[in-house]
Amino acid sequence: MATVKLSFSPAPVHVRTARLVGVAVARRAGVREDLLDEVRLAIGEACTRAVALHRQYGLADPVLVEMSDGGSYAVRVVDRAPIEAGIGLTALPPDELANESLTDEALTTGVGFALLAGFVEDLQVRPVDEGIGTEVRMVWPVGR
Amino acid sequence: MELSLATRTVGEHTVLEVGGEVDVYTAPRLRERLLELIDGGARHVVVDLGRVDFLDSTGLGVLVGALKRLRSAAGSFALVCDKEPLLKIFRITALDQVFPLHPTVDAAISADSAGAGA
Repeated sequence: MATVKLSFSPAPVHVRTARLVGVAVARRAGVREDLLDEVRLAIGEACTRAVALHRQYGLADPVLVEMSDGGSYAVRVVDRAPIEAGIGLTALPPDELANESLTDEALTTGVGFALLAGFVEDLQVRPVDEGIGTEVRMVWPVGR
Repeated sequence: MELSLATRTVGEHTVLEVGGEVDVYTAPRLRERLLELIDGGARHVVVDLGRVDFLDSTGLGVLVGALKRLRSAAGSFALVCDKEPLLKIFRITALDQVFPLHPTVDAAISADSAGAGA
């Protein structure tokens, strides 16, 4: 099993780097070409969410992205924000999306989660095993 | 690819052509440009996503923000998009039920003009 780890300061500019690395490793692992757009989007959403949480809580700790290809392609995106902030993710129904009272932040969070849930069949959001934080774990099949 | 933004006017409509990647890093520039246009008096805005190769939740949030702002100003907002990967993003988030989506700028403008009873 090969593993690639990337950790980056919680700044929006680095999310693109994480997407590029994530897709490069996915391609190398043998994820089907037609899934790579979804891999790119999902890794981007998970990292965007982690960066937003770190900024919200004023955390300078890096966001960790770990990619491994042991039989499938698994990506973990780990943040260090308090757990209650990370787990409360919900997709929004259509009639609420354009609701005037919905804040931009809540809308983006809801849409981001809808994209993660919609594009990743094997998705888990759970507290990290040690310390404070949440991990978003996404798995894709490899077609070798 | 970096974000690119170009504006042109077609009759009463302001068309904003967006290209490149719209993500958490570049979306604030898209928001600023849309606000400039709306604050500058644009009321019928068409955003052409034809040259966008990546769009995430932050970009979608900016587009919804513009839609709400124009709606409350009695204006209109439409999107041009004919790329299946992007259309899938709108379907999955149910935003295809929120935005008028058209395959071409001409289609967006004629649908908008007809809808406004102009």
